Amino acid sequence: MIYNAKVVLPILILFVVVLTYPFWQGGTEQRPEPQKPAKAAQCVEDAAWMRANHMQLLDRWRHEVVRKQERSYTSTRGQVFEKSLVNTCLDCHQKSDFCDKCHAYASVKLVCFNCHLNPELVEP
Amino acid sequence: MSNTPIKGNVAYYSWVGFLALVIALGFAAYLRQLDQGLTLTGMGRDVSWGVYIAQFTFMVGVAASAVMLVLPYYLHDFKHFGRIVVLGEFLAIAAVVMCLLFVVVDMGKPMRVLNVILYATPHSMLFWDFIVLNGYLVINILCGHVALTAEKKSVPPPAWIKPVIYLSIPWAFSIHTVTAFLLAGLPGRHLWLTAILAPRFLASAFAAGPSLLILLALLVKKVANFDAGKEALSKLTTIVIYAGLANFFFVGLEFFTAFYSNIPSHMHSLQYLYFGLDGKGALVPFMWVSTLLGVGALFFLLFPQTRKNEKFLALACAALFISLWIDKGIGLILAGFIPNPFDEVIEYAVTANEVAITLGIWAIGALILSMLYRAAITVKKAWED
Amino acid sequence: MSESRRKFIQQVGGGLVGLSAISLLGKFTEVEATANTEVKDKPAQIRWGMVVDMSKCKEGCTDCVQVCHSRHNVPDHGNAKDEIKWIWKAPYKNVFTSKSHRYQQQGQLEKPFLTLCNHCDEPPCVRVCPTQATFRRPDGIVQMDFHRCIGCRFCMAGCPYGSRSFNWRDPRENLKQLDPHFPTRERGVVEKCNFCAERIDQGLNPLCQEACKEGVITFGNLNDPNSEIRKLLGEKRTMQRKTELGTAPSVFYVVES
Repeated sequence: MIYNAKVVLPILILFVVVLTYPFWQGGTEQRPEPQKPAKAAQCVEDAAWMRANHMQLLDRWRHEVVRKQERSYTSTRGQVFEKSLVNTCLDCHQKSDFCDKCHAYASVKLVCFNCHLNPELVEP
Repeated sequence: MSNTPIKGNVAYYSWVGFLALVIALGFAAYLRQLDQGLTLTGMGRDVSWGVYIAQFTFMVGVAASAVMLVLPYYLHDFKHFGRIVVLGEFLAIAAVVMCLLFVVVDMGKPMRVLNVILYATPHSMLFWDFIVLNGYLVINILCGHVALTAEKKSVPPPAWIKPVIYLSIPWAFSIHTVTAFLLAGLPGRHLWLTAILAPRFLASAFAAGPSLLILLALLVKKVANFDAGKEALSKLTTIVIYAGLANFFFVGLEFFTAFYSNIPSHMHSLQYLYFGLDGKGALVPFMWVSTLLGVGALFFLLFPQTRKNEKFLALACAALFISLWIDKGIGLILAGFIPNPFDEVIEYAVTANEVAITLGIWAIGALILSMLYRAAITVKKAWED
Repeated sequence: MSESRRKFIQQVGGGLVGLSAISLLGKFTEVEATANTEVKDKPAQIRWGMVVDMSKCKEGCTDCVQVCHSRHNVPDHGNAKDEIKWIWKAPYKNVFTSKSHRYQQQGQLEKPFLTLCNHCDEPPCVRVCPTQATFRRPDGIVQMDFHRCIGCRFCMAGCPYGSRSFNWRDPRENLKQLDPHFPTRERGVVEKCNFCAERIDQGLNPLCQEACKEGVITFGNLNDPNSEIRKLLGEKRTMQRKTELGTAPSVFYVVES
C-alpha cells in the first residue's frame, strides 16, 4: 500500500527518470584515446588490467610505501619498478594527456595531485 | 515522536524561526571555514584546540547529567522525577548531537571522519569516545522514545527497556570519564594530567546539567503550563548543591597540589588562568567572574528561604551554569595549551567566524530540544487529562 | 505523522545502528592485528637516532633548516599562528624547559638550539592518534600517513615537544618553489619532521645532517654498539628533552665537548 499514491507515484517516477538520465540519454562524448607513451612499450602491468585496477594498485602502493617501507614493485612479468606515482607513472604518462582526459570523461575527481606534484608544471 | 499535530502558536514558531536563522548563519560560517580552512579560527600552532573542543567537553557533561534524573527515578524509585525524567533524556539527546557536531567542525578533514571506524584504534581514547558518545545517543533515543510511546498509549513500558535504562546509568558516567581520559593521559599538559579530572568533570557536569534542567523546567512551566512539581525541583536543587560543592572542592584540590608542591609546570596553567603569566592573562577576568558566580550561587542555594523562591532559584541556577561553562567551556581546554611546550605564553582569541559556527551548533541543540520537549509535553499533558 | 511512516523511520534508524555495530565489530578484530604489528613492534636491529652538538653550530647559519624545508615543500605562511616547522632553532631556555635556568653561563639561556621531532621510542602522539595516521616504524621513525589523517590534532595535544604543525591553510598558497620529489600536504592534516624516511629507505642520511658543513649533526643506528652515533654517545655527555615524561627521545644533545 502506498501512502497518498496519486501524488507520490508520479514524483517517484520523475525522480527515477532524472536519476537515470545519464544512462539512457546516450552519451555523445567519445571515449578518450590517450597517446601511447613513447618511453616504454609496456605499462607496469598490461593496459587492460591497468585500466580496470590502477586505483587499487596505487592505493596499495601508497599504503606499502608509507606504512611498510616497501618501495619496489615486482610486476607479474618480473620487472621491478619504484612504487611512485610521480617517478614511475608520470615518467611515461603526462597528467594532462593521460590522467585528466579519462577522469574528466568518467567524471571521477582526482585528488592525487592535491599533494603529489605534477612534474610537467614544476620542472623547468 | 508524537502523532499529535503540533498546534501552531506564534511564540513557538517565532522561536523556531529565530533558531533557524542562527543555524543558517552558522552554516554559512561553516561553509566559509570549509572553503578557507581552520585558519579562520583563533587556533594556531600553540593553542591547537579552541572553543569547539571546549564546547564539546562541556556538552558531554550536560549530556551525562541526564543520569541524575534516571538514577533516582529508576534505581531509588523516586517517583517525583516521573514527570521530568524524559526531559533529562531528551536534553541528553540534544547535547550529544551538539558534541558530535563540535567534533566534526573542529576536524581538518571532516570527510575522513569514518577513518575512526575504518582504522579502529583501541589505544586511542578518541576511538572510545566515539563509541560511548554514539552509544549514549542511541540509548537515550531508545529510552525516551519507548517510555513516551508507552505513556501515549497508556500502557506500561515494555519489559525489555528496563535493562537498557539500567545500562544508561553507567554509560552516562562513562561518556564523561572517557572525555576526561582524552585529556588526562597526555604527558606534558599538566593542567589536565591529574587523576581527579574525571571526577571533577562529573561533579561540574552534575551541577551544570541539573541547573540547566531546573531552568528548563521553570521555563516549560511558564510557556507550556507544565509543572515538574515542587519535590522534583527541590531534589534537583539538592543535587546541584552537592555536585557544585564537590566541583569547587576539586578545583581547590588542584590548587593545593600545584601550589603546595611548588612545581612550576603544575602551577603555570593555573597561574595563567587566575593571575596571568608573563604579563598575559586574557582569561583572568573570566575565571574570577566564574568563581564569583559559582561560589555566590552555591552560597545562596544553601539557604532554604532563598532556594525555595523560584525566581531566585532560576537566578542562582543561571549563575552556576554560566560559572561552570566559563570554567570548562572556555578555561580548561585553552589553558591546557598555555604555556606551550616551549614555556611560552601564546594566547588564543576566538574569531567571529568561530563564534558564528559555535552559536549555530548551540541553536541546533536548542531546536532539537524545543521540538522534543514540545512533543513530550503534548503527550504528557494528553495522558494526564 | 502517520503510523506506517513512523514504523518506517524506526526501522531505518534501527537498521543503521545495527549495521554500523556489525561493521564496527568486524573492523575491530581485523585492525587490532595491524595495530600490533604497526605500532608495537620494537626495533630488532635498527633504531634511528641523532646527536646534535650545538658547540659546532655557526651563529646565524640555517643551512639545515633551509634544505629541509625547501626539499620537503614546507611553506612559509609568514605568521606564527599558521606556522609550519620541521626543524628550527629555539633558545636553550625554551628547548630545555625543565633544566636549571639560574646562574647559567653567560648567554646560555638565549643560545639557539636545533629542535625537531624526537622520534620517541614511546611516542604519545602515536598512542593518541585515533586512526594510526601517525605510527612508529619498526626502525623507530615516527611517521605520518597524510592519506589517513583526519585532522583532529589529538597528536598535537599529545606531543610534549611542540614538534607538530597543522595545515591551518592551503600550504601551496605560500610555496614559492615546489620540489617534485616530495609531495606537498593538503590543508587539514598534521605534519612534522620524518627523519627523511624517504631518503633512509634509499640508504641515504637525513638532509639536515648532509647539509651541515660543521658536523653539528650525527645520525645513525642507536641499536648498533659500533655505530658512529653510539661511539659519540659513549664519549660525550649528552642529554635529551623532557626525559621525565617517559617518551624516550631519539634526539640527543651534547652538553660539553
